[in-house]
Amino acid sequence: MNNRIRGKKALDQLMTVVCNGGALLAVLLLLAFISYVMISGFAVLTPAMLAFDAGGMGNMLFNTLYIVFLALMLSLVTGVPAGVYLAEYAKKGPLTRWVRMAIETLASLPSIVVGLFGYLAFIVMTGSQWNLLAGSLAVSVITLPFVTSVTEDALRNLPPGYRQGSLGLGASHWQTIWRVLVPACFPRIMTGMVMAAGRGFGEAAALMFTAGMSTDIDWADWNLASASCPLNPIRPGETLALHIWAMRTEALQADAAQQASAASALLVLLVVAFSLLARYLSYRIDTKMGGNKR
Amino acid sequence: MTSLAAATPAVPAYLPEDGFLDARRDLKPAAETVKEAGVAGSADLTFDVQNLNLFYTDTQALKNITMSIHQNEITALIGPSGCGKSTFLKTLNRMNDWVEGCRITGQVFFEGKDIFKDLDPLALRYRVGMVFQQPTPFPKSIFENVVYGPRIQGISNKSELSGIVEQSMRQAAVWDELKDRLHESALGLSGGQQQRLCIARTLAARPSVILMDEPTSALDPISTQKIEDLALELKEKYTIVIVTHSMQQARRISDRTAFFLLGELIEYRPTLDVFTNPESSKTEQYVTGRFG
Repeated sequence: MNNRIRGKKALDQLMTVVCNGGALLAVLLLLAFISYVMISGFAVLTPAMLAFDAGGMGNMLFNTLYIVFLALMLSLVTGVPAGVYLAEYAKKGPLTRWVRMAIETLASLPSIVVGLFGYLAFIVMTGSQWNLLAGSLAVSVITLPFVTSVTEDALRNLPPGYRQGSLGLGASHWQTIWRVLVPACFPRIMTGMVMAAGRGFGEAAALMFTAGMSTDIDWADWNLASASCPLNPIRPGETLALHIWAMRTEALQADAAQQASAASALLVLLVVAFSLLARYLSYRIDTKMGGNKR
Repeated sequence: MTSLAAATPAVPAYLPEDGFLDARRDLKPAAETVKEAGVAGSADLTFDVQNLNLFYTDTQALKNITMSIHQNEITALIGPSGCGKSTFLKTLNRMNDWVEGCRITGQVFFEGKDIFKDLDPLALRYRVGMVFQQPTPFPKSIFENVVYGPRIQGISNKSELSGIVEQSMRQAAVWDELKDRLHESALGLSGGQQQRLCIARTLAARPSVILMDEPTSALDPISTQKIEDLALELKEKYTIVIVTHSMQQARRISDRTAFFLLGELIEYRPTLDVFTNPESSKTEQYVTGRFG
């Protein structure tokens, strides 16, 4: 008996160490990774590299943000309704099974395949040049299933009282969804969007054949129809991730390696800043909706 | 509590003018007046239920229920778990509509209209509000919670909404506690406050009937007493149907009591009679605590 208790306690301690160690390792890896990228990047960064012109990465930073923004908007307007459908309207049956399977498959598509598909569907079939809109459509193919399943899960995990309370007051199903359920899911949907954005920031393969590898914009030109207008979505634009890839593979410039390091640092900084901002926002919304309990 | 008693518009006739709460603690049943009133005419019938049967896929949850619910009274539904009392309550405002495999035969008339034929379910729920076992405030501000029903019905005038909020929160006895916190989240309130807020939210939709599904079973005794006081005040203007597991509660506040067992309505009479002189031996066994 005594031995058994001692054995249990020893195992208990061992497993505590193993679990804590695993968590610690993950944190250390992340810290090591970030500091390596940052240090090696900022060590070679020169102000000229950050310029918003043909030689600098400012334009690419802008392209990255713009593509991700467009992609998120696209997956928001399609993914959230799809999630609502699955959680609220879909009945059990073959149709729902197929929809769900389609979404799961979409989520596991390799991004290079999405890129090729995007090239075929958004560039070749429309007969257009490489452009940001095609790029963001390709990225939204990747983020859409993610936003859909986050929305569905969030709706399913709501307390049943929200639904009952609203329906009991004579609200229709749609009023209940639109005025109570979706707002209640907002923090979780937003967290999902941020994770989707992280995916989008780093996307290179899906953009190679869709958004193109060149940027030619004029910051003085704000005519949306003009090919050099920064906000014109129908213009080619290279993102930071693509730039890193290009600099590391086929570039002939003397400072290609430095460019790649600096771009990596910039990209990592962007992702970290974005997720901190989103965390803060969803914390604010959470406390505002949840009273003082959290 | 004193402020609540003071806010009571009129002390019910069966209670002494000065001893509102004490009289209630005497367990003096409210039913006496009802018994004297005798058989009610059809004019004061809020619900008239005729031969109601309800099935969940294969099992029959309600068996041939015929009963009527009277205006400005509190009707208590009692019985052991699974006896069908909650199912019956949810039938009255068609909250069973979403339950898969639920099938209903028979008729339910609300103010003379068949709720399954003559009334739109949404319109029915405007008139027949519901308060649930767990307080169900939405993750919105207190103000937005209360105006939810009016907004659903299409009222958007700001000053009209503010008026509705004050009026219904006063009726639900939460105005004084919460009037300075209207724009804080309703989820930060205590359970008892949340439940009274839900009652305010129900009242704001201007119903004539309030269905309460074990509204105090998740609350502490003090909050319970507040809700009971509230119910007694509200019956001046509203018809209340309450499902309760507490026989003391049924006895304290209700005018009539219906005893359900295994989907059947065993006995439905003035509360005092049900508790002191039950007709059925099953009722007697249940109300004296010998089973259930």
